[in-house]
Formats: sequence, C-alpha cells, structure tokens
Amino acid sequence: MASPYLAAALAAALALCAWPALASAHGLAGKRFFPSTLTIEDPFVADELSLPTFLHLKQPGEGDVPSSQFTNISGEFSKRIFPNLGLTLEGEWNLLDPADNRRTESGFGNLEVSLKYQFFTSAVHEAILSVAFGWEAGGTGRRKAGAESFDVFKPAILFGKGMGDLPEALRWLRPFAVTGVVEGVLPTRSGNKTFVINDNGDLEVEIEKNPNVLHWGFAVMYSLPYLQSFVKDIGLPAVINRLIPLVEIDINNPLDRGFAGKTTGTVNPGIIWAGKYFQLGLEAVVPINERTGKNVGIRGQIHFFLDDLFPTTIGRPLFKW
Amino acid sequence: MVSVRELGAAVALTALLLGAGVAWGHAFLERADPRVGSTVKAAPSQVRVWFTEALEPAFSTLEVVNQSGDRVDRGPARVDAASPVLLQVSLKPLAPGTYRVKWRVLSVDTHVTEGDFTFRVSEGR
Ligand SMILES: [Cu+2]
Repeated sequence: MASPYLAAALAAALALCAWPALASAHGLAGKRFFPSTLTIEDPFVADELSLPTFLHLKQPGEGDVPSSQFTNISGEFSKRIFPNLGLTLEGEWNLLDPADNRRTESGFGNLEVSLKYQFFTSAVHEAILSVAFGWEAGGTGRRKAGAESFDVFKPAILFGKGMGDLPEALRWLRPFAVTGVVEGVLPTRSGNKTFVINDNGDLEVEIEKNPNVLHWGFAVMYSLPYLQSFVKDIGLPAVINRLIPLVEIDINNPLDRGFAGKTTGTVNPGIIWAGKYFQLGLEAVVPINERTGKNVGIRGQIHFFLDDLFPTTIGRPLFKW
Repeated sequence: MVSVRELGAAVALTALLLGAGVAWGHAFLERADPRVGSTVKAAPSQVRVWFTEALEPAFSTLEVVNQSGDRVDRGPARVDAASPVLLQVSLKPLAPGTYRVKWRVLSVDTHVTEGDFTFRVSEGR
C-alpha cells in the first residue's frame, strides 16, 4: 500500500527539482500581490477557482417586464496552459423572482469559455497587461432564466498597476493599486424574433434587439498587507493586516440597435481578506442609475488559490513552455 | 489504482480541511527586526525577517544597503536552523541614516517572492 504514497512523494520531489526558482504565481508583479476582484475580470493568468460568487440585486422592470429580485450564483475555474496563457470556464445559476404574481424562474445561464494571455509583466512597476477572448455559448443555459440562445464574443484588454514605484515622499500611497478591463460584448445575432400568443389569443411577433455593448470597469484597492510588509509596520493585528479594501466600478455602454446611450452600471465598495490558500470578499452593489437597479445589492465570494493548494498538480501550468 | 494526481489532490485538500501546517503557499513577510519603516535609536547588529512560510535556504537572499547602494551587511544571509521561516544577516556598524533591506526568497512550494523595506538609524543618543 505504500507505493502510491511513495510515487506521490517522488512526483513532488521531481516537480521541485524540475521547477527552479522561477515559478510565478497568481496575481504577483514584483512585490505586488493583486487579489482576485469580485466584480470585474482579473488581469493576471492563474490557477484559481471562484466558488461560489453570490450576487443578489433588485432589478427594475422595463416595458411589460416587471421588476424582480435577482439572485445569481456562479463559479469560475481558471487553468494555466502555459505560464502566461490561461483558460477559464464559467458557469452560473440564476433565480428571477418577479415582483408581480408571475412565477419564479430559475436555471443555469450560458456557459462561458475564455482564453487570457498575459503578455506583459513589470516587476519594478508592478504592472500587468493582458488580452482575453471570451465565448458565451448560446443555448447552453435556460432561456427563461435569462440565458440567450445565441453566442456572444467578448474580446478584452486588461491591466493591473501597483503604485509601489511612487517616490519616497508619497510612500503612504504605495499600497494603492488599480486593475481594469475594457471589453467588447458582441452578440452574434442582432435580434431575436419570438412568436407569442397574446391575451386575445392572437399570434404576435416580438422582436428583441441585441446591442453591441462596450463593457468596462476598474477596481481601486489599498492593500494593508503591502503597507505592513513594504512601507511601514504600523502594528495592525493579525486579521486586519490581510485586508484589502477596494471599490469596483462596472459599466455597460450599449452602442447600437436602439439601446445607444442606455448605460447601466454599478459601484461596488467592499473588502477582501486574502489568506494563504483562499480569499474571501464582500461588496455592496450600488446601481449608478434607475435603469440598473433600485436598491443596494450584495455580492460575496470565496476564491481558492489553486497554485498554492496544489502546487505540483492542478495548480501549475500544463506546459512549462 | 489511484492516480498520483488524485492522491496529491486528496492529500492537499485534507491538509487544507484539517488546517494542517503544510508549508505551501507564497512566503510573504510576516514581521521584521528592525520593523518595516521604523526609526531605531541604536544601530542594530543584525536584520531578521520572519516569513509566512518555510524557506529554501539555497535560494533565499537578504541584503542591506545604505543610501548610496553599498552593501552594509556581512552576508550571506542564513535561514535559521531552528526556525526555517526566519532569514537573518549580521550588519557592519551602521552610521545614522536610512537603510534598505532587500529580500528574495523561495518558499518550499517553489514560489518566489521578493520585496524590500527601509529602516532609519537616528542621530539621537
Ligand atoms: Cu500562488
């Protein structure tokens, strides 16, 4: 019975030998550790698992669609193929509870696959640049739970920048960092025709337009671990010194097909606690306008660092390069 | 037959669930003496840095430089035999001034982390 253990120990030892002092890891650029943000996409490529991300928000009605309580539970698994190229799989489950007496709808949203390539990393400037391409696979989720029947392509540019290169006089600002994303959300179908029987029993054609959307967002964070380790040890107690307060801005600008100018978005102030193997995050979801929502929602996330949990197996790139 | 991969995952997961002190993860600075960003009256004879993970001695370095960039430590730094999370180096006699401690360490899970901080030796008696 000892042989599998021996094999595992050998494999671990081999991996250690084969992996000299160069293994990079999640969200590191120089001395900067970027936590994984809850609302917007991260600029770095990593082995990580977000499970679950929980979102609850009251959505406003539009036209004959009533307002509803919206709950979304999602999971995201990211795997490095090469050290700088990662694949992400995303799934979600939605619950729509309309304000009027219509029945509650629930079900899976569409599956999403994306590739991300981190093509630039500067240790000195704590900077990261990457490009990504996402594909939301139409029809893989439940239509009534909000899943579209068509594919959506999402090309994106992402960045991360820590302020550790500020001069000594501004050292208290060094713990600041910004990450951001600019993304095109491009539906493969300009509109959907659906045939419905109206209240009078007549057949009606409903046309729903699917605009191209410019999606962008950024996160501003102040890292207390960074302050303690690199700027000044101000004697923060154990739990506090791993906290990273942040604000995430998330905006959707529809560009065409009758939706131009109908911006929606949220401001999401919150806090992340980053531990050794996982991080916990909690944010308030504040709509920027009535079109987005009426009340403050909430978002929470548990996020696992697979590269630290399983450094010799699923937590490392499939190919070294 | 259980595959090595499955076994490894199971072991790691069990370790996580039990909160066992398996020394994986990035080595981040836990605390330092002199403290990060501090001003000390008496010139210290050594710099000690405690990390959150056990270190690989062969790949872990710690240097101390003055404001002109000259080394003021009596390197090489060494990982403490009794406490593998402690990296230390002794210093030459320090004049008043600001000194920068630079470290680059390899934790036993092969993750490299690096960083630096300053401390000041004041003029006062
Ligand atoms: Cu890591």
